[in-house]
Formats: sequence, structure tokens, C-alpha cells
Amino acid sequence: MSGLLRYAFQRLLLTIPMIFILLTVIFLIIRVMPGDPISMVYGARPVSEELKAEKRAEYGFDKPILVQYGVYISGVFRGDFGNSIRTSTPVLQELFLRFPATIELALFGLLVAAILGFTTGVLAATRADRPVDHGIRVFHIASFAIPVFWLGLMFQVIFAVKLKWLPVAGRLGGEMAFTFRPVTGLYVLDAILRLDGHALLDVLQHLALPALTLGIATTGLLGRMSRASMLETLDQDYVTTARAKGLGERVVVLRHALRNALIPIVTVFGLEFAVLMGGAVLTETVFSWPGIASYLIRSINARDYIAVQGSVVFIALFISVINLIVDLLYSLIDPRVRY
Amino acid sequence: MIRVAGEEGALLEVTGLTKHFPVRQKGFRRLRGLVRAVDGIDLRIQERETLGLVGESGCGKTTAGRAVLRLVEPTAGRILFRSRRMAADGVAEARAVDVLSASRREMKMLRRDMQIIFQDPYSSLNPRMTVGSIVGEPLIVHRMGRALERADRVREVLAAVGLTPEHMRRYPHEFSGGQRQRIGIARALVLEPQLIVCDEPVSALDVSIQAQVLNLLEDLQREFGLTYLFIAHNLSVVKHISNRVAVMYLGRIVELASTERLFAEPKHPYTEALVSAVPVPEPDYMVERMILQGDVPSPVTPPSGCHFHPRCRYAVEVCRSEAPVYRDVGHDHFVACHRGDELSLQPIRDGDRSGGGGTAS
Amino acid sequence: MTSADVLLEVRDLEVHFAVPGVTVRAVDGVTYAIDSERTLGVVGESGCGKTVTALAIMGLIPSPPGRIVGGQILYHRDGGIVDLAQLPPRGQEMRAIRGNEIAMIFQEPMTSLNPVLTIGFQIMESITLHQRMTKREAKRQAVEMLRAVGIPLPEERVDEFPHQMSGGMRQRAMIAMALSCNPVLLIADEPTTALDVTIQAQVLELMNNLRRDFHAAIQFITHDLGVVAGMADDVAVMYLGRIVEAATVRDIFHSPKHPYTQGLMKSIPSLTRSKERLVPIEGIVPDPSDAPPGCGFEPRCPERMSICRTTPPPLVATAPGHDAACWLYQPDVHLVRRTLRGWK
Repeated sequence: MSGLLRYAFQRLLLTIPMIFILLTVIFLIIRVMPGDPISMVYGARPVSEELKAEKRAEYGFDKPILVQYGVYISGVFRGDFGNSIRTSTPVLQELFLRFPATIELALFGLLVAAILGFTTGVLAATRADRPVDHGIRVFHIASFAIPVFWLGLMFQVIFAVKLKWLPVAGRLGGEMAFTFRPVTGLYVLDAILRLDGHALLDVLQHLALPALTLGIATTGLLGRMSRASMLETLDQDYVTTARAKGLGERVVVLRHALRNALIPIVTVFGLEFAVLMGGAVLTETVFSWPGIASYLIRSINARDYIAVQGSVVFIALFISVINLIVDLLYSLIDPRVRY
Repeated sequence: MIRVAGEEGALLEVTGLTKHFPVRQKGFRRLRGLVRAVDGIDLRIQERETLGLVGESGCGKTTAGRAVLRLVEPTAGRILFRSRRMAADGVAEARAVDVLSASRREMKMLRRDMQIIFQDPYSSLNPRMTVGSIVGEPLIVHRMGRALERADRVREVLAAVGLTPEHMRRYPHEFSGGQRQRIGIARALVLEPQLIVCDEPVSALDVSIQAQVLNLLEDLQREFGLTYLFIAHNLSVVKHISNRVAVMYLGRIVELASTERLFAEPKHPYTEALVSAVPVPEPDYMVERMILQGDVPSPVTPPSGCHFHPRCRYAVEVCRSEAPVYRDVGHDHFVACHRGDELSLQPIRDGDRSGGGGTAS
Repeated sequence: MTSADVLLEVRDLEVHFAVPGVTVRAVDGVTYAIDSERTLGVVGESGCGKTVTALAIMGLIPSPPGRIVGGQILYHRDGGIVDLAQLPPRGQEMRAIRGNEIAMIFQEPMTSLNPVLTIGFQIMESITLHQRMTKREAKRQAVEMLRAVGIPLPEERVDEFPHQMSGGMRQRAMIAMALSCNPVLLIADEPTTALDVTIQAQVLELMNNLRRDFHAAIQFITHDLGVVAGMADDVAVMYLGRIVEAATVRDIFHSPKHPYTQGLMKSIPSLTRSKERLVPIEGIVPDPSDAPPGCGFEPRCPERMSICRTTPPPLVATAPGHDAACWLYQPDVHLVRRTLRGWK
């Protein structure tokens, strides 16, 4: 166990240089983009150049870029991500406010992708080259060929506008938005903690379409990986051994093949999460989901350097923590892996 | 180039050859230990001789073969090679070249003289190259001859290994395992080397094909004056093809002698056990099987003293504490065993008069 | 071979594999029998059909692409004779025999055990599947089996994972698993080929001891004539999907009849005899999808006649208990014998 902790600690240490490099790259890229944040703030309003210059000086944009960089980085190491140019609020505060929404969406999206991906993948592998397999493979390809925003819009049109089964957007409906008091910011968890069934239903209804959209969009890769991994596992000697014992095919697949087939997929799972975050940016935009990704989009449009930098660090940290968890999960599935 | 006076006659002289691989831990690459794959071996191979190197998996025989060619960089030791060609070119005197201190350029020249044949005839040939280009590539690398001359040379070598010129335009996948091994041999042969390291050249082949390749290797040796370092785990094959045999255990040579002596008068208990464990294709062949207990220990943490002592039925106190000296016990018979002189071990029984088996027809 | 106590009879078995474009006759009319408590060695080179025959008995032919297209596999059990070739491979009846009355061990001990399950679990799984036992009883039985196959400290090793064991130990564990239900027939497919020679000697000795204790018949598949000589009572030699010769182990080694068997014996280097030049079998094994129409060995045979090219020879007795499939041993054919010596 101490080995496990040491490994986790080492991995976390390694994320520090990673974040540092990422910050540097983002810092430079965003400053190369045309347009500047101060002009964006005032838009078309007639503002004197003096006022703009004053504002620029306030954020230090008049200083050489290296100085700006030094100031920002030293701030980050003190836990100060600076103030948003667009809203003047501390970036960190904004991020903490929005982060739970993104986590919730991402986790439920991943859940949908995992369930759909595994089941269809395994089903296709056990029925290889039969009609079921062909159908599932078409679905997998379609799932990553269809653009996320289009899928989201279709879901909105069908399930919200036409059938009126589910809400169009947002995290809470009607008066609930005023009465519900969050605890952690993960609304599903909060509704359970508050023992509020009414709220839970409302939260889940709002979560359904975004999670489904994000999930389905990432099912394809996972599904194809599951199918390939399962096919390979079913071809292993120990599966033949299991059959030679006289075990039924269901037991052979579920007990002997599945866990082994999972091992390579779990690795993809971590990487998949990065893809999923990309999808979350679009999903949050389509469904007006008040998460970190939609915040990032708005900040980019406003050339809000400070907010963009903060968001990217948050998302990167989130992805690397998820990857670390996945790596640790590894040792639970595969007894050969010990840290 | 450092020129060292090698002993007269020996084509290859290996002293104290050592290869240790580091074992690293996950995460921050901390050194955890060393795999002592080859742990100080001495060998001398005469011109036109076949020296067999046997041992079980993990004993270091393959690493030893590659270290001799510097395909893996040895950790320590000295390798002297008497290059006929470099002597003729005036690069080296008719004396031995120190392989381990050779420069890149000198090493490239040495490569023409020292070649290797691999075990797996499937993965050792590039599937996207024709047989002609596989066999001819070494000529291009060493800038030997014009295109037409090279093609002639390839045809010549293919004929020597029993393939035809039509095979040049075909791809490896069109050939059977035995034929692919012939292609691998042709590739090794094309530069007219003096020494060929044969790393398990027949163990991936079917029984009926093995004999074809073994006969071919013998014929080529006679025809081109080749010297072989023949690495294998199959004792019958090694006995058949070798003039002398070295037995390896956990990175060290435990016994080395002429083939006749090694099988008729084994001096090391491991050799005795190894020989007695070989299944003999004669139903009435009776021999006391010296069944070794347990597994080969890990080369990361080898046993103290004599590496073999935990499995040795003759082990005494000194075997646990002191590593035996590898020494000549007469008739060029080398053994690393404290009791090498006193033990009288079971030889292979002569099957010539047992009336059985394979010669019947 | 006596027919008094026949355990398993394979008759004219044909197994085909449908690869796009061609049909591979992996097993092309195989007939043999195994008597109770005897060991039959099945010898042949890669692709001769020896493993496919074994998988057919177990009902484990991968389908698609494989299919038993003809013949019978008659299993003589207490209640009568069952044709295993007719049973649905995944059906109740076959599964009650497979792993219970007929068990199998495989070539690669490194890959034949499930890496994510403990050794003990994998043995107990067999036991609880076929026998009425509680988990605790099954575990005790698993420990006993590990002890029987010579694994030291079985109480501890039972909870270990395969990767914590060496190749030899894993193969012992496989044997323990196969014998855990007291099978009447054990099929061993090259069980020692992947092992080092000293470990092979351990495992062969173990199997020799166990077959006496467990009273099981063994079908021992191997390409190693040395292993067969030491293990088998009877031997069947396979070539290109057919049995070319079958006899007791002494008859096979002392007076091999089929030119292929003779060729094999002359082509292996001997450990016990002084060196002589090997006599290889010329040519290569034909691709089973492109097998010769007559005798499969005809293109490589030093004794071949014109009839060999057109008509496959039947497996007939050349002496009591010694069968060979070769036209040389059909008296009438000698009249038209015209060897084609001088080939190559």
C-alpha cells in the first residue's frame, strides 16, 4: 500500500512540470491571437484611449511579455489565478463555482459511454461477423462520425421540443432554480443529500440529454476498443482452458474473458477522458450548461487571458487526476501490476 | 585500432565477458538490481571449428552470442578476433583485433567477418523486402561491387543454400520456415564472413526440416571454411554439430570440453543432469534420470558460492560459500566445480549396440 | 492394441476449416483407438492435424471456421457408447463430459492459466462445476491436488496468481486442474514442449507417476520422438491430416514401416550414437489446403510408386497390431511397383 501511495505521489509531482509547460504554451498562444481583451470589454462603446491604457496598465499588459509571464506564474504558485478581465471577479472563484457542473456532466457522460461502449463492444465480439456485430460496428462508426453539437441539437428538437419529455437546457427548471440549495455543486449528489426526490428528478431530467449526447459521442472509440480487446481475449489459451473445463459460454465470457479484456480498455479510458472534455465544451454550449467548458469558450471569445489560463490549468489537472485514478484502478483489475 | 597479440590459431578469444542488465523500478527509475545475464565467461574458438553453447532458457547463452558480436554492448571483458580481411587490407596485422575497443568504422569492417543467424525465421526477415534485396542488402551497406556484380553474388549465395535465382523476386511470406531459414543463412553468408553466430537456428523448425538445415550448415562450413558459435538448448543437435561444447548455467560456463569427452566423461553435475534429462527416442533406453529439483534461480539474485549448489546432489559445504574456479582438468576439459576431479558422473550410454531405434528401416 | 477395453474410438474423423476461398482438410479421415489406462502417443509435425483431432474430441473446434464434417468419436462409458462428434459442442451433455471425464492440458503453461484469477480458484472452479462439493471442500481438494503434482507449500500457493509461478509450476498446476475431477482420459497437447529440458524431465516423471495413481488413459500429443519413446505404450504417427502408422511403441521404434516414420527417425540427431550424417526428408510439408490427391507423403517419399500419386493408401495391418497406410505393404501393388528414383 505504501508503494501505491508513493506511486500516486510521484505521479502528482510529475504533473507539476506538465502544468508548467501547458501554462507557458497557453500563455503564448492566446497572446498571438488577434484582438485584445480591453477592447473586447468595451466593445463598440466610444472609450478614450487613455482609459484603455489605464486599464491595460491595471492588468500589467503594458509591461514586456516576459515580465507578465513571471508575474502570472509566481501568482499561480501562490494560488492566485488573477482576476477575470471580463467580469473582474477572481478566476479561481468562478472556476470553483462552475467546476462541479462540468464534473457532473463528464462523469455521467462517461458512464453512458462506458455502459454503451462495453456492452455493445462485448456483444459484437461474442457474435463476431454475424448481423448483430455488423449493426453494432455501424453504430460505433456513426457515433464518432456525428458531430457532438448536431447530435445535441437533434436531441433537443426531438425529446424537448417535439415530444416535450425533457427540458431543453440548463441544470434546474422553473422555481427549482431559486429554491434548490446546493451543497457540493454536484446537483445529483446534493439532491440525494437533501433527501429531495422532487429535486433529484428535476436534476436528472436536465442532465439526461447532455449526458446522453456527450456519452454517445464518445461511445464509438470505447466500443471499438472493447470489441477488439474482447476478440483478442477470446482467442487466448486460458479461454480455451476455461471451455475445456466444461464451463458454459456465459461463464467463460463473463468470468474469464471480461476482466482480461478490460485491462487494455482501462488505459484508453483515461485518454478517452481528454476526448470527452473536448466534447464537453460543445455539449455545454449547446445545452447552456453552466460549467467550466462554456466559461472557457466565453473567455476565449472575450480574449480574457487570465480566465482562459485558469480554465485550462483546471481542465488539465482534472484530466491528469482522472488518469491517475485510472492507473491505480489498474492494479485492482490486473494482479500482475503492483506499485 | 589496438592490436593485441592473440594466441596463435584461435579465431576468437573471449575473456571475462560480462553483460549486466539493470532492473529498474516503475515511476522514478531507481536501480533495483542487476540481471547478471552473462557473468564472466571465457571462450576460445579455433578457425573452422564449431563450438556449441548449451543451456536452459535464461542461462545467458543468447546474450553471450550477441555480446560477442557487440550487438549488445558488453559490460566488461575482452574479445579478440583474428580478421583475415582486415589483415589483408593492412588495417590490422595478422593478429587479433580487440573488438570492444574498435571504432565505429572498424566495427563496420568487422561486421563483414562476423555474422549471425537468428532463431525465428519469421520475424527476422523484413516482410516488405524481396529475397533478393534481403540477401543483397549487406553488400550495399558495405559498398561492395556494382549492381550487376551484387546480383551475381546473391544468385551464387542462394544457390549455395539450396535456393534458386527465381526466388530473388519473391517475398518471405511465400516461403516455408525451412526455406526462410535458408534465406537467413544466405544473408549471413553473402559477405563471406569467417565467424557465424548461430542462435538456435533450427529450434523453430519442424523435425523433418531441421536435418536439412543442419546438413546445410555442415556443408557450408566445409565449403567456405566457416567457424560457428552454435547456440542451442537441444543437446542432441549440439552434440551432432559441435566439435566442442560449452555448458552454461546462470550466466557462467560450468563446463567446456570436446564433444566426445563432455558426453563420455562429464565433470560437472549440471552437465550430468542435463544430459540425463534428454528424452531419448529409444523405448528401451534405460538411464538413471538425475531429476533436478526446483527451478533455475533468478539471475538477479543468484545463489551464493557455486550458483548450482541448491540443486546439486553432490553439494558439500564449500559449494555454498565459495564460487568454484573455472579451470582445465586436463585434455582441454574445463570445469567450474569444487569436486570436478573426484566425482565420477554418469556418461551418456552408448546406443550403438542397443539394437534399437532410428536406424531400422 | 487389444480391443478388450477400448475407451475411445475415433473413426474416419474429418474436420475441415473454411478459409475464404479454400477448404482446409485439417483432419482427413483419422481412425484410432485408445484403451483404458494406456498412453497413446500421437506424433507429427506442425499442421499434421494432431491438435485439431484432440480439440474435436473435446468439442472445442473453433466454429466458424472449423467443422466436423464426417466420422465418429465413440466414447465408451459405463452407460454405453456416446458419439461425441454428434453432441452439440456447447450442450449440457458435452459439457458434463468435458473437463470431467475427459480433460485436456495445453502446450503453453505461461498463457493457459487465467492471469487475473488465483490458481486455487481456477482448480476449484473445475471441482465445483462437476462435483457436489462446498467451496471449503473444493478448496481442500484443490490443495490436495497441488500437493499431488508436487507443488511445495500448496496451502500458500493455492492463493497465488499464475504470474507468481514458474513455467514448470504452472504446468503442474494445469495438470492438477485437469486431474481434479478424476478423468478417465487426459489429453495432453505438447505439455512439455515449452519447458526447459530439466523441467520437462520433472513434468514427464510426474505424469508417469500420476497416470498410475489416477488410472487415466492419456493421449499424449508431441513432435518429440524422445518424449514418445519414454511416455507412450502405443504410438500413432500423423502426416497431413491422416494417420500413416500405428503400433506399440517398441514396434514403431524397432521396425518402423511407413517411409515417413523411417525418415523421421533418420533425420533426428542422436544423443546416444556416434555422429553420422543426418538423412533429411526431402522437400517440405505441403500446405493442407493444397494436399496431394494420393498419398500425402508421395511428393517427399523415396519409395514412391505411380499408384501413390493417384490413390491414398488405406491404413491396414502389416503385422499383428501394426498398421501402416502405405502401398508398399499391399501385396498386389508390388506387381505394378515402379519407383521413381532419381527424383532430385
